[in-house]
Amino acid sequence: MAKIRFIVVGGGLAGLMTVIKMAEAGHHVDLFSVVPVKRSHSVCAQGGINGAVNTKGEGDSPDIHFYDTVKGGDFLAHQPLCKDMCYNAPAIIYLMDRMGVTFNRTTEGLIDFRRFGGTLYHRTAYAGATTGQQLLYALDEQVRRREVQGLVHKYETWEYLGMVKDGDGVCRGIVAVDQDTLEIRAFRADAVVLATGGPGMIYGRSTNSVINTGSAASSAYQQGVKYANGEFIQIHPTAIPGYDKLRLMSESARGEGGRIWVPRQKNDPRDPRDIPENERWYFLEEKHPLYGNLVPRDIAAQEIYDICINQGYGVGGGNMVYLDLTHIPREELNRKLAGIMEIYEKFQGEDPRDVPMKIFPAVHYSMGGLWVDYERTADGLLDRSSPRNHMTNIPGLYAAGECEYQYHGANRLGANALLSCLFAGTITGPAAIQFTQSMKRSSADVSSRIYEEEETKWRERFDAIRAMEGTVNPFELHHELGELMIRNCSIVRNNADLKQTLEQLNGMTERWRNCHSLDLSRTRNQSVLFINQLWNMIELAKVIVKGALLRDECRGSHYKPDFHLEQPKDIKSPEYQQFLAKWKENNRKWLKTTIAQWTEDGPQITYEPVDTSLIEPVPRRYD
Amino acid sequence: MVKMVELRIKRQKDRFSEPYWEDFRLPYQPNMNVIVLLNEIRRNPVNAVGHKTTPVSWDCSCLEEVCGACTMVINGQVRQSCTALVDQLEQPIILEPMRKFPVIRDLVVNRGRMFKELQKIHAWIDIDGTHELGSGPRVSPNFQEQMYIFSRCMTCGCCVDACPQYNSENPFVGPAAIGQVYLFNQNPTARFIREERLEILMGEGGIHECGNSQNCVRVCPKGIPLTTAIAKVNRETLAQAFRSLFDK
Repeated sequence: MAKIRFIVVGGGLAGLMTVIKMAEAGHHVDLFSVVPVKRSHSVCAQGGINGAVNTKGEGDSPDIHFYDTVKGGDFLAHQPLCKDMCYNAPAIIYLMDRMGVTFNRTTEGLIDFRRFGGTLYHRTAYAGATTGQQLLYALDEQVRRREVQGLVHKYETWEYLGMVKDGDGVCRGIVAVDQDTLEIRAFRADAVVLATGGPGMIYGRSTNSVINTGSAASSAYQQGVKYANGEFIQIHPTAIPGYDKLRLMSESARGEGGRIWVPRQKNDPRDPRDIPENERWYFLEEKHPLYGNLVPRDIAAQEIYDICINQGYGVGGGNMVYLDLTHIPREELNRKLAGIMEIYEKFQGEDPRDVPMKIFPAVHYSMGGLWVDYERTADGLLDRSSPRNHMTNIPGLYAAGECEYQYHGANRLGANALLSCLFAGTITGPAAIQFTQSMKRSSADVSSRIYEEEETKWRERFDAIRAMEGTVNPFELHHELGELMIRNCSIVRNNADLKQTLEQLNGMTERWRNCHSLDLSRTRNQSVLFINQLWNMIELAKVIVKGALLRDECRGSHYKPDFHLEQPKDIKSPEYQQFLAKWKENNRKWLKTTIAQWTEDGPQITYEPVDTSLIEPVPRRYD
Repeated sequence: MVKMVELRIKRQKDRFSEPYWEDFRLPYQPNMNVIVLLNEIRRNPVNAVGHKTTPVSWDCSCLEEVCGACTMVINGQVRQSCTALVDQLEQPIILEPMRKFPVIRDLVVNRGRMFKELQKIHAWIDIDGTHELGSGPRVSPNFQEQMYIFSRCMTCGCCVDACPQYNSENPFVGPAAIGQVYLFNQNPTARFIREERLEILMGEGGIHECGNSQNCVRVCPKGIPLTTAIAKVNRETLAQAFRSLFDK
């Protein structure tokens, strides 16, 4: 049999960990990335990575981490995967430690852990406030080592366009375009892993990097991969507004003691430092005394929205609240949060050690993504020998990281993203290897005709885009897409707006056909590449909006006030029993995975059951 | 009357053609950065004399100065364009591509050479495997803080752009790579092969190429003490040279 060939698309944490697992087993990997992998979006993760090591003597354990994760996700996550991830979290942190990650230390020289949202334990390891960057660099170094050994070949300017399927519907490779030259080529592989990140750019401005278009995942969806839970988009409660980007202000700011407040007097004109303590409204601490500022992100974002939009208490009457760190010693802030202190200083020109920061929620993370499978054992862990783990519904095509839907359910807990990406890599690499062990025919034996056909299809597509001479500027159309999605499909949703949004998205597809390419060059023609991505963004936006329109409930990040079930405070009251009955009925209807499948007339939505066999769902509360 | 921003961009159609200048006048917004200006050109690609033009090509990704992608020369200073706030810049704002790398188009350059240099200096830890082997070595909080500073290097290329010794004629590995040698040679595990790294820096393109202009440390956006690292690594290479002499 010919040498086995693997393709990994995406050089963030999930992609690189997958590559490392494959190369370590002696396999050759072709690694595709739209940027040099060291510049992948994982660098933006700030606060840390979760793992229940219990080095603070609090009685923390992987089981509690598992419970917090499942409850944080409003019970929509498949539990065996979550359980296995949480059980492996300490080992993953120690592995990264061995790779040289500069985690902050305790006085005894151990890895230090801090608090994060949705838990009561110190469970988050961190490297300053640039933990994602530090983890990515460690993997980048290990991949470079394999590159020098000849096991990894990087295609660092190449963008994924689509997969190549054989007559049996098995994925046999990919088509990619070189951004520098617009050269389009098909590449053979026996298994392909997409680790292409999230789709934040669909919302125009978000905390995401501009490379996070979701274009690759959307393309896979349009080629028949199921897309799951698309409507679950996490809004991070604390970001700095900006024209080009909404910059994340890490949850670790609150984990280290940061407090959210607004002046008790509406439109208070005073400098925040002149407002006395008793005239400040610490609304999160007041409403959620147990978790305080560290309630999960969906709840914090919804509360901030309510305070500003519904109640009009935003700072200066605008859409902003204070995130206050000024009570924490400067030296401690420099040691634990330097990265985010710098960001605020550089972009806002104010020192957050002296002046409370002004922040507002922003689109941050997609819990939904490409549907991937798994196989469980009787005790509720992953069956590590199964090639089905992390495989999409297309045989031979895998997905790992934010581009897939596992682990986070309806809302992701802070510091679980870095963990899930690394864990997914450790699972996906071996699963893809397993798949190739049992395959009947190597990709080397697949007729070159099917590769040529796909190449031709994409070349024609790009020639057609380059020749576009309509009246619509694609970047302007993208701006409109973002405004529309933020307005109607972010923190608060309602059916009338969602219905209208879906119609407007269909209109955008038509307007896309009337784009102007702006540029005929074949050299670094970013307009042509963007027009192709924009098509994919609009198609994926329809999945998000239609999923949101059909899901008539509130769950995690998906908040539709028309279907809100008010939870009575007193669990012994008869009202609570009535609430519980309604809540159970709602779960019977909606505790399901949304599945979108592409059709020419838009996404077709069906639902699948969720494995909740290990932890029984309960109504979430954090007070 | 809308306030306008004057922008001059050094453009180049491809790696074989001559550069040329193009001027733009763009609407001002408070607190805007250079990225906002370049985005505006995309949405309305018209130059200062009212002629239609192509959007300017440039690299960017994170827009919060942790990825290093959007590095360019702004008013003569090499830096990231995301943190270049218009209010703090003299006009016309002049944008040029980085000066030490091949230009692909407009402000896009190929910094591949820097990643090759990281290969050359063995900038990784040779872990035994990814299986469970417990935690890494214990280190003090103070040591971690010192290492963290060096570990924030984004390979953005500011230091090599400003370095008089780093150019296409000279194989010098440059300050960023030497900073990484310093980092790895301090790490309790990676230092097992510190002599190997020092030998590499004593070879072609090694540390002796440094002309001590100290430009690197002045332009590093992360404030990495590169000249301190160069001085320390230099002393170690001298000690290493002595050791090799006596070992013969």
